[in-house]
Amino acid sequence: MSFPLLTATAVLPALGAIATAAVPAARRTAAKWLALIVSLATLVLAAVVLVRFDPDGDRYQLTESHAWIKDFGVRYELGVDGIAVAMIALTALLIPFIILAGWHDADPLETGSKRWRPTQGFFALILLVEAMVIISFEATDVFLFYIFFEAMLIPMYFLIGGFGDRAHEHGEAAASTQRSYAAVKFLLYNLVGGLIMLAAVIGLYVVAGNFSLTQIAEARANGTLDMATSTERWLFLGFFFAFAVKAPLWPLHTWLPNAMQESTAPVAVLITAVVDKVGTFAMLRFCLQLFPEASTWATPAILVLALISIIYGALLAVGQRDIKRLVAYASISHFGFIVLGIFAMTSQGQSGATLYMVNHGISTAALMLVAGFLISRRGSRLIADYGGVQKVAPVLAGTFLIGGLATLSLPGLAPFVSEFLVLVGTFARYPVIGIIATVGIVLAALYTLVLYQRTMTGPVKAEVEGMPDLRVRELVVVAPLIVLLIFLGVYPKPVTDIVNPAVKQTLSDVQKKDPQPEVEASK
Amino acid sequence: MSASAVHSLWTTAAEPIDKIGAPDIEYGQLSPTLIVIGAAVLGVLVEAFVPRKTRYYAQVFLSVVALAAAFAAVIGLAAGGYATTKSGIVAMGAVAVDGPALFLQGTILLAGILGVFTFAERRLDPAAHGNRVDSFAAQAASVPGSDSEKAAVKAGFTTTEVFPLLLFAVGGMLIFPAANDLLTLFIALEVFSLPLYLLCAVARRKRLMSQEAAVKYFLLGAFASAFTLFGIALLYGYAGSVKYGTIARVVDGTVGEVSPALAGTMGNDALLLIGAAMVVMGLLFKVGAVPFHMWTPDVYQGAPTPVTGFMAAATKVAAFGALLRLLYVVLPGLRWDWRPVMWAVAIVTMLGGAIVAITQTDIKRLLAYSSIAHAGFILAGVIATTPDGVSSVLFYLGAYSFVTIGAFAVVTLVRDAGGEATHLSKWAGLGRRSPLVAAVFAVFLLAFAGIPLTSGFAGKFAVFKAAAEGGAGAIVVVGVISSAIAAFFYIRVIVLMFFSEPRPEGPTVAVPSPLTMTAIGVGVAVTLVLGVAPQYFLDLASQAGVFVR
Repeated sequence: MSFPLLTATAVLPALGAIATAAVPAARRTAAKWLALIVSLATLVLAAVVLVRFDPDGDRYQLTESHAWIKDFGVRYELGVDGIAVAMIALTALLIPFIILAGWHDADPLETGSKRWRPTQGFFALILLVEAMVIISFEATDVFLFYIFFEAMLIPMYFLIGGFGDRAHEHGEAAASTQRSYAAVKFLLYNLVGGLIMLAAVIGLYVVAGNFSLTQIAEARANGTLDMATSTERWLFLGFFFAFAVKAPLWPLHTWLPNAMQESTAPVAVLITAVVDKVGTFAMLRFCLQLFPEASTWATPAILVLALISIIYGALLAVGQRDIKRLVAYASISHFGFIVLGIFAMTSQGQSGATLYMVNHGISTAALMLVAGFLISRRGSRLIADYGGVQKVAPVLAGTFLIGGLATLSLPGLAPFVSEFLVLVGTFARYPVIGIIATVGIVLAALYTLVLYQRTMTGPVKAEVEGMPDLRVRELVVVAPLIVLLIFLGVYPKPVTDIVNPAVKQTLSDVQKKDPQPEVEASK
Repeated sequence: MSASAVHSLWTTAAEPIDKIGAPDIEYGQLSPTLIVIGAAVLGVLVEAFVPRKTRYYAQVFLSVVALAAAFAAVIGLAAGGYATTKSGIVAMGAVAVDGPALFLQGTILLAGILGVFTFAERRLDPAAHGNRVDSFAAQAASVPGSDSEKAAVKAGFTTTEVFPLLLFAVGGMLIFPAANDLLTLFIALEVFSLPLYLLCAVARRKRLMSQEAAVKYFLLGAFASAFTLFGIALLYGYAGSVKYGTIARVVDGTVGEVSPALAGTMGNDALLLIGAAMVVMGLLFKVGAVPFHMWTPDVYQGAPTPVTGFMAAATKVAAFGALLRLLYVVLPGLRWDWRPVMWAVAIVTMLGGAIVAITQTDIKRLLAYSSIAHAGFILAGVIATTPDGVSSVLFYLGAYSFVTIGAFAVVTLVRDAGGEATHLSKWAGLGRRSPLVAAVFAVFLLAFAGIPLTSGFAGKFAVFKAAAEGGAGAIVVVGVISSAIAAFFYIRVIVLMFFSEPRPEGPTVAVPSPLTMTAIGVGVAVTLVLGVAPQYFLDLASQAGVFVR
């Protein structure tokens, strides 16, 4: 038996989480370093996965399959396609930055309190989330996926509710109340989505008799597994609902601004750049493969929802007073683009959507983490409290600008490529929707540049005076992300090469071909 | 009335009457029950003859040994094939020894052992007059607040009768799911109910509340028993027998001979329907299903917490076992009549329990309503009427009872000056003060909520899967909706424990003796093991999923 690489990639951070949590209370710094080292080791494993993966090989590679719960027809089945590899790489890449950026976020407020150990818990929870996210990218068994899809809510919940910003205009008590409100809202939305999916998962079992993605998809393709149209649609809706909450898609998005606003910047990045990607990823992997006909049936409605997300998210981002809320609404707009790309059912659209997931992860991480550094300096999240930062802290302002420009998809930076692909892919099939979606880009320019202008330019505010520039640790976090943004903006081929074959196969599941360019008949 | 029937009133048959022979009793197959009942009787003797000082130790020792021996006997019987190939009806048709019976007996015995551990805990309450005290009144007979109570406390009395009472209750519970005729069912019901009524009344703190709970439980329980008994009479009138198998055959129409004394009523469907409904009603009362749930919150709240934990776990197991046997063995022919009713009961139980729980402010009441919601989930498996349905219910009951005992054991630890601090507001910030206790309780709550990787999820998945396969898709949908509602209040407690500021005058967490620690530890371990690797236990449950008839 070969080395279970995929299992190792998920188990390593899980073990790291346990080890980190077990570090004695006084050894706070040791716990941080341990977590960082584990996350880097996971990154190495993810890199090995990336190298071992052959884009032109079998659809699912590095597969593992073991019996698990026979009575439920559940197997422990792992396997990655190009899309999953990209997502695992993204996750493993971002976690070290998240840990490094949150280095001091969980330091105890008062020294000498040894009983309560938030620091160890904070980093352990981050690693635990990483483990669960990675295994849900790898699972090719619907039940296995579901378990971790649901279970990751619990560590996320404690991360949001237990570790908020230190800064709050109404004091610590108000902050605590709002934090737990945000955490509960996050959990309830996702739990309801997950439980509705549970009904669909059980329904799928009743219809198919097992949970293996590959077996069911194959049986559906060759016609041995017949689903009644209405059954397929109900099951699809059950799955899609959960993913749309997670993604999040309008009108199920309202938990995200609260959650991102109240959590620390690294945790906000963890939510939007890592955990939420499981939702869009699962749409590609499970909705399209298991329920191709229902996916086609639901496409018009989903495209409209995606469009509303794009415009609505962007409009609300323009009107925000709070930096983190602004980034949250911008993310909702971006998730709209991702869903649009997936359900445009063209190869450009879906490649673009996958690329978008990666790029959005990196660009949001860059923007949000720098915003977090900014907020930690001034102790306020309100845009109006800043002004003229670029004169005081030019490096901070510069990196913030690059993160912002990436968010508005400036050509030359990575998100541009993916946004362009999504729009092209959409336009090929649904020109009107493609055109309306473009408005989102214009609005993105508006909210990003207004944010930059109000915080970084203009006269230097008294409170901003003397604000220190980025420290070494912070530079270490931001610089690689920016390099990546530029690199993938100029040369996205490494990612697209891995992703494209997988996208082609997914499209063939839905039996969609790219629309051929039509040549107008000459008269 | 026919002529011969009238005639038979004053004439005797010419044939000689058969001698009543000695009954055949299969002692080996009945050994679990016999051991427990025997130990309970011994316990009464211990109360009478052993000096007060050593009674506590003698009783705890006796109870644990008896329950462990009975559990070993169950394992031995199961290993000997009595759960599968050799399953059969023993004690002249009164008791069935088969897979479901042995599985449930094993579960009840384990719950009983953990129950004894929590009963025997004497480190939580501060010592009174230099004597270690447990959760039970110094002298149950003394009026609360009276001089005799004070004297009893001062003298260091303890109510060690709780141990034989627990053994009697366990004994009744062992027979209840195995009962194979209606009279045995009724006697088992009374044998386990009466000790429970008493146990509810003997709390050391808040004695009036405890006694009130006991009276409520007793009155409503007696009422439900009366219904059951009336139903049994009607069923006898219908079938001419109280034996499960005979009734089932009469329902099927495969019994030809009509007992002359019952010629007027036998085969009368009205008797069958009303009788069956009344018996089922009595059982639904015991499992705490809506609309027969009214007693649950008051009794759970008023009873001493160790009793609540034991009762919540073991009663539910026993009662669901009896319900399963009744519906699957006696009334399968009536399936099309009882299924719609049970559908309705399951739906209102799930929703009712979950919705009312949201408004609760006392942790014990909250867990009571949560147990109602869980009864609804289990009912979803009961109405599947498939072998999978039986095994999923068995698995759920096993998983649930350990979570319940563990959760109530944690409740006993959180205390302030007035004893257990059960008001939810007092739990604020517990996670800051005692991260370990709060984390353990959070695990139990997550299991109640059915979060993956806990036993609650595996159980819920099993029953919902069985229900969906049995064609009850609507039940599954209602089930997941109620789970979502239920999740809200479990999460609320977690929020309170971890994200709220601790109150300055808040409760402290008592450090328990190894007894309670064992109960909690076993609870956590079972919860996690059944969540991550349930296969072995699912196998066990599905092997045990066939009733003997």
